[in-house]
Amino acid sequence: MISLTIDGQTVVSPEGATLLEACRSIGKDQPTLCYLETLAPVNVCRVCVVEVEGSRTLVPSCSRKVEPGMKVQTESERVRHSRKVVFELLASSVDLSLVDDSVQEWMTNYQVDPGRFGDLAPLVDDRDERHAGHHYENTGTHAETVFQPVKVDNSLYVRDYSRCILCYKCVEACGDDAQNTFAIAVAGRGFDARISTEFDVALPQGACVFCGNCIGVCPTGALMFRSEHELRASDLWHEEEQTVTRTVCSYCGVGCNLELHVQDNRIVKVTSPIDHSVTSGHLCIKGRFGYEYVQQLGDLATTPIDDVLRRAREAGTV
Amino acid sequence: MDIRLMDDAPSDAERAVIAALIDPVEEVGSHLAIGGHSARRHRHLLLPVLSAVQSEIGWVSKGALNEICRRLVIPPAEAYGVASFYALISTTERPSVVAHVCDDIACRLVRSEFPHGDAVVSSPCLGQCDRRPAVLLQRAGVEDVVNAPGDQDPFELVGVADPTVVGDRLLARVGHADPESIGSYADHGGWQALEKARALGPAAVIEEVERSGLKGRGGAAFPTGVKWRAVAAEPAPRYLVCNADESEPGTFKDRVVMEGDPFAVIESMIIAAVATGCAKGYIYVRGEYPLAASRLRHALHETRLAGQLGPEFDIEIIRGQGAYICGEETALFNSIEGLRGEPRQKPPFPAQVGLFGRPTVINNVETLINVPGIVLEGGEAFAAIGTPDSAGTRLFCLSGDINRPGTYEVAMGGALGELVDLAGGFVGETQAILLGGAAGAFVDTEALSMPLTFEDSRSRGVSLGSGVVMAFNSSRDMHDVVRRIARFFRDESCGQCVPCRVGTVRVEEALARSRSAPLEAGLIDEIDRAMKDASICGLGHTAASVVRSAISLGLIS
Amino acid sequence: MRGVRNGARLYTVDPRRSESAKWADIWLGIDVGSDIALANGMARVIIERGLQHRDFIANATTSFDDYAAKVGEYPLDRVEEITGIPSDVIEEMAVSYASAGMAQIVWTLGITEHHNATDNVLALINLALLTGHVGRYGSGLVPLRGQNNVQGGGDMGAIPNKLPGFQDVEDDDLRARAERIWNHTIPPKRGWHLTQMFEAMAAGKLRGLYVIGENPAESEADVVHARQALEGLDFMVVQDIFLTRTAQMADVVLPAAADWCESEGTVTSSERRVQRVRKALEPPGEARPDVDIIGMLARGMGADWGQPTPEDAWNELRLVSPMHAGMSYQRLEELGGIQWPCYDENHPGELFIHGRLWKQPLESPPAPFIAVDWVPPVDRLTNDFPYRMTTGRHLDGFNTGVQSAGYDSPIRTGGTIDISPEDADRLAIHDGDLVKVSSRRGTIEVPARRDLALRSGLVFMSVHYGEDADVNQLTIDTWDPKSGTAEFKATAVQLQKV
Ligand SMILES: Cc1cc2nc3c(=O)[nH]c(=O)nc-3n(C[C@H](O)[C@H](O)[C@H](O)COP(=O)(O)O)c2cc1C
Ligand code: SF4
Ligand code: SF4
Ligand code: FES
Ligand code: FES
Repeated sequence: MISLTIDGQTVVSPEGATLLEACRSIGKDQPTLCYLETLAPVNVCRVCVVEVEGSRTLVPSCSRKVEPGMKVQTESERVRHSRKVVFELLASSVDLSLVDDSVQEWMTNYQVDPGRFGDLAPLVDDRDERHAGHHYENTGTHAETVFQPVKVDNSLYVRDYSRCILCYKCVEACGDDAQNTFAIAVAGRGFDARISTEFDVALPQGACVFCGNCIGVCPTGALMFRSEHELRASDLWHEEEQTVTRTVCSYCGVGCNLELHVQDNRIVKVTSPIDHSVTSGHLCIKGRFGYEYVQQLGDLATTPIDDVLRRAREAGTV
Repeated sequence: MDIRLMDDAPSDAERAVIAALIDPVEEVGSHLAIGGHSARRHRHLLLPVLSAVQSEIGWVSKGALNEICRRLVIPPAEAYGVASFYALISTTERPSVVAHVCDDIACRLVRSEFPHGDAVVSSPCLGQCDRRPAVLLQRAGVEDVVNAPGDQDPFELVGVADPTVVGDRLLARVGHADPESIGSYADHGGWQALEKARALGPAAVIEEVERSGLKGRGGAAFPTGVKWRAVAAEPAPRYLVCNADESEPGTFKDRVVMEGDPFAVIESMIIAAVATGCAKGYIYVRGEYPLAASRLRHALHETRLAGQLGPEFDIEIIRGQGAYICGEETALFNSIEGLRGEPRQKPPFPAQVGLFGRPTVINNVETLINVPGIVLEGGEAFAAIGTPDSAGTRLFCLSGDINRPGTYEVAMGGALGELVDLAGGFVGETQAILLGGAAGAFVDTEALSMPLTFEDSRSRGVSLGSGVVMAFNSSRDMHDVVRRIARFFRDESCGQCVPCRVGTVRVEEALARSRSAPLEAGLIDEIDRAMKDASICGLGHTAASVVRSAISLGLIS
Repeated sequence: MRGVRNGARLYTVDPRRSESAKWADIWLGIDVGSDIALANGMARVIIERGLQHRDFIANATTSFDDYAAKVGEYPLDRVEEITGIPSDVIEEMAVSYASAGMAQIVWTLGITEHHNATDNVLALINLALLTGHVGRYGSGLVPLRGQNNVQGGGDMGAIPNKLPGFQDVEDDDLRARAERIWNHTIPPKRGWHLTQMFEAMAAGKLRGLYVIGENPAESEADVVHARQALEGLDFMVVQDIFLTRTAQMADVVLPAAADWCESEGTVTSSERRVQRVRKALEPPGEARPDVDIIGMLARGMGADWGQPTPEDAWNELRLVSPMHAGMSYQRLEELGGIQWPCYDENHPGELFIHGRLWKQPLESPPAPFIAVDWVPPVDRLTNDFPYRMTTGRHLDGFNTGVQSAGYDSPIRTGGTIDISPEDADRLAIHDGDLVKVSSRRGTIEVPARRDLALRSGLVFMSVHYGEDADVNQLTIDTWDPKSGTAEFKATAVQLQKV
């Protein structure tokens, strides 16, 4: 066991624990965006930084391991300042409207004001073609953003990279940490870095197996069930009316747990509990999307949801 | 590994380039395939083969990438992520000759606007500031070449002018010994240090280096002996890396050494390997340095023939492909490993977890070439040069509004003004001097009395960095210069962490706005603090330092 | 995959170079139906080199000598000839398996959908007994279940010879205990398994059938034959959530609620983990949960069971089946499922079973080696039927496709005959060309697809597309007498470009 102090309070943590875990063990939660218990830490978002005595810079609490005698500050002026600015930089370049309430609370807490960099720049459609090192002139009239058209290239899920904070979670879930399919990776560089398939080919042309594990880990709603996307677009997404029921997938014998999100007696999305030992939140295409067979009502009366979904599917499927 | 390839096939030419370099890593028959862990150990071949296709074909097509992925069993999305990370690799078709025209801070002082297009693109500093303005011609199927000065038609081959090189320790052989002859190197004192080092043995060599007080010349000024001792104490296999990615705007000293005295780099590396017991060495050479790479390649060949390299220790050259960030040590490791050149969070440090996850010595070119002298003369003699905290000589890169731009070697401790005088003094009335490079800071002429030491620069809140001294006279538009530096960081940020990825953009925007409105100094200050505190690596930490120094000196408002 | 990343060696034995095979350190592209030869050959290597686990064999097993003699008949050159796999690789795998600290054998239907399925499994069990890779943490035998509750069905006693909890129905004491709890007599003899039932139907001995959630009119091997048998019945009731092909033939259809989302209950996964399924949706129309339907039927037959909830039914099971006794709904909830056996409410369940074999001295019967011999697939390859066809699933498909056809999968290839590039070239077949595929039982026409995972001589069809690619018109209905499984995996076919 390792003893350290956090905001003056003595904490004893197991060896190998992270500062984040140590903080949480005494009820001091820290904001996180790129961290998830089931994924290897990439420490890129930097909203979890804390001050460690003797360290020139702040350190990411999500990946830094506890060391004996460490003196950690989570609420110092430096910490608050960096977190505030980092949130501002994100909120001024990415659409954060669908992040978790807890993240919104942190942003309020740090008095985040993304407007101070100017009006947000409108969407552009060349982000996938941008070449590393090539300069994309900016005049400062607008705060540059990652706003771009939504990618709708298959019947199951959409990619709205205007919401992408580049947390790498989807890449990890698609790759080493869960699915081992490697259909997506980070491409490009700097502000023009983006999540991409090879040469930006449409998902069905790439390696994607449509497990939707990327959707499961995305913290911003950039990756979204097609059904949710269409319902939101038609103003029919009513989260407050939805029930969430945990059950077990009806297909193979692994026993993956499913959480069925149901609205108007329709399944509108499927998630999986991250804290369940069988699959830690990860599913395959059948568990994630294979539920339609219980809601094909044939010629029975359709609810508005069905209508929207059917129209969307007919119109947009490649 | 289960990967799904694209349907595209390579052209015959592409296939030939790839096949010449790599065999399929899996053995697949009708009833048997051997792959798995052994196949996955070949990822480090990705960057060399991408570089080869780029260099021979002129771009990396879907078919070529597919063939590379098939042979190396790398998922195409990941390979694309790597290819698209580098400025010198193109994943779209482009003309067979592309001119990378430097419009960075030294060159833009003398170069007027030029027409951009598919075949003419602007480039960050090409490390030729002493012979500005510079152009790199990237040529499919032919070695790349640099024009410096190259202010006429960028495509007209003019070659490079003779550099100004002044110095009698580290630079003693440059311009005197034949860089392509191992015999000439020996005639000029080469190999004696290696012989002595082998006789002394590892422990004694490390001791001498520690005693010398040598500190890293790559920017961080970390004591070299301490680094070596740490790595030597770690379990094998250990690696040695020579950081020759020199991409800091205004810096060209390492190039001068590699082009003019390549055997010295190799001898120094062998000594380092003897001392630290490294199994293999790498020289990571900036992609924009074709001449340095070919001189080193030749020198390696001759050294191998001479029996100084072999199975117990050999050196491989890795060419960068246009990414400043790959000079950061951990980004450099990732780059060699065939990953995107994204820096890693430290700790762990390279001495424990470096290249391929193994203990690694990484040193700058200039740091390393100090070692033969230390071995020959002894650490104490070396420590007697310079000041107690800044031992030895340093290479400075003088450029900008200076009479004789070039590389100057001086003992540390002399005043900045003396160094400038050595180069013939300023041209015109100087309003600012950039010290340390784009990651350094501006000083004004008051600083001419500052002794050139780590400690004096630190106490002034500036840094010698990579030895850049670039002067700007009063006719210069400092706003334009500062904005170019801000743009450099925005273009070169790896994009991994938020403060740097977005912060560099916001700083650039604020500077753009200040053309027509008061400079938002407070805003820049706030962003800078967050970048310094919360970024992963040195790029983010220092990205706004120059801007802030320009503000505090009143150079921009 | 986490294990592989942590350095575990992976050998994949599969006629096709499947996705898993591509991750393997070594893929052994075995010829269809030669698994026993491979296992016996490995055993011979292990014994020859003295790598068997002598203490374990002495303490926990019987009949080792018979086994050793039998596998002695499988020298590597013979095994290479039968399996097609180079003998040095077999040797390497054998040594590597025997000397590993922990090792598992994981299999699925490629082992069991053969006419000698039980022997195939026994051959693998023998290997685990030989090396002591059983009943220990990290080692074991892992059959992966293809259905979410195929294990649960067995647990509940839906097997001809078992009561709930795998209690032998022909064991008088066990039967008596169940009879006391149910207050009812139970027939003392085992029933028929599926394949026997079809034989009985064909022979006119079985006249009525009650089918719950199964689609034999599409899933049986030699399906034409099976349909005839179903048509010959006097009376058939089908209880299903779909109007399946079987349901269309039924006299009465009982619409059921989908068990995993329209009603409450439990399922048991491959790893013996019992978990709760819950109702999230109202079932459509008149569909009812299976418990309700069976309760209503019982009432119709004169036994009023009241209105048992799924939990009531479960609690009754816990009385009958000792290995489920500790699994209350509340505990299943709290623990996220429990792996049987779980004998009382303090028992955490078991991560692995057969640990008893390591007790010194053994307190329960030893595990016998049961020597088995290799016999080739029944459907022989000849000049007329020169291609070996095997069948299986696609990632996005499931069984006869009734469920998986419901969603729009971007990676669905549809029903195809998959052919190696070499054979496709030889027959001048391109992707999408219609191919006439004939076996000794039938002929179908399907589009072709080249597949790099296949070698010359081997073709593959998935089982999900009965309407477009009715693969079971081709498959053979020879079945394993012990398990009742048909030989879906080995059909001899002929290809002809249309
Ligand atoms: C953004 C960035 C770029 C760097 N580029 C270089 C470089 O081009 N060459 C170099 O030697 N060191 C460079 N460094 C410093 C290296 O990370 C490292 O400190 C150095 O190679 C260590 O060698 P030394 O101890 O000999 O100085 C860079 C650091 C950063 C943060
Ligand atoms: S798409 Fe979502 S998960 Fe992926 S990097 Fe962007 S924000 Fe993260
Ligand atoms: S500071 Fe900049 S260059 Fe360094 S890791 Fe972060 S984004 Fe990349
Ligand atoms: S949560 Fe720690 S850096 Fe993102
Ligand atoms: S070479 Fe152009 S600025 Fe250095």
